[in-house]
Amino acid sequence: MMYLTRRYSFSASHRLHNPQLAAEQNERIYGKCNSPHGHGHNYALEITVAGVPHPATGMVVNLAELDDFVQRTILDRFDLAYLNDDRDAFRAAVPTTENLCRSIYHLLQTGFQTAPVERVRLEETSRNAFEYAGESEGE
Amino acid sequence: MIYLTRKVEFSASHYYHNPALSPEENRRLFGKCNNPHGHGHNYVLEVTVAGEPDPATGMVIDLKELKQILEREVLAVFDHKFINHEVRQLNGRIPTTENIVLTLWQLLDGKIPGARLHHLRLYETPDLFVDYYGGRARP
Repeated sequence: MMYLTRRYSFSASHRLHNPQLAAEQNERIYGKCNSPHGHGHNYALEITVAGVPHPATGMVVNLAELDDFVQRTILDRFDLAYLNDDRDAFRAAVPTTENLCRSIYHLLQTGFQTAPVERVRLEETSRNAFEYAGESEGE
Repeated sequence: MIYLTRKVEFSASHYYHNPALSPEENRRLFGKCNNPHGHGHNYVLEVTVAGEPDPATGMVIDLKELKQILEREVLAVFDHKFINHEVRQLNGRIPTTENIVLTLWQLLDGKIPGARLHHLRLYETPDLFVDYYGGRARP
């Protein structure tokens, strides 16, 4: 078993706001992140696939295939976007980096067939990072 | 148990080619990496060993000694080499990051007195790295 990690970057804006809560509560919970016009980050995304190198190629995954999938499915969708506008991902969820990290993991799990995705790590800034590797049994 | 990590860097060139496949198939699979004159990377290797600190010295391993082992087993073999032609330890495997990690594990495993090789992380570029735990699942 071997773990190959590829790192990507994209820039996006968001506003942390839960419409089911009162304005004061939103402000108390999210602070500056609740600012009504949103704010942006340069996100760094790490995608890890697990497997054994294929005997013919020596690769766990062909990077061209992974790059192509990530470009079409993740970067084209989230790069230079206002995340709150993404109805599919954030209709019922606040676009925190936790939720974005989990959305990206599920997009890879359901759409990328070439190699198993082990985990997703998402840096919101150089000081905040989130990792998601699916739910283990019982969670 | 203490985990100690030492980092080394080496620069080397390689290209990807499987002689069992046709030139067209090689180009399709490996793209630009199939150029027979090779291309280079500044590789960064993180070597993590596990052990208990010696009561007399407080050290898992003398870093000076680990540095010498890495110079002998890694740098002397890979630094400023054309991996396909000069690193016989690859045993004809395609020098992908995955296969280089496997080779490095074979070169280092059992060579570190007083400590156990636990984990290798090899960066081909800052955006691509492979983690290997000797074939075990990530702890």
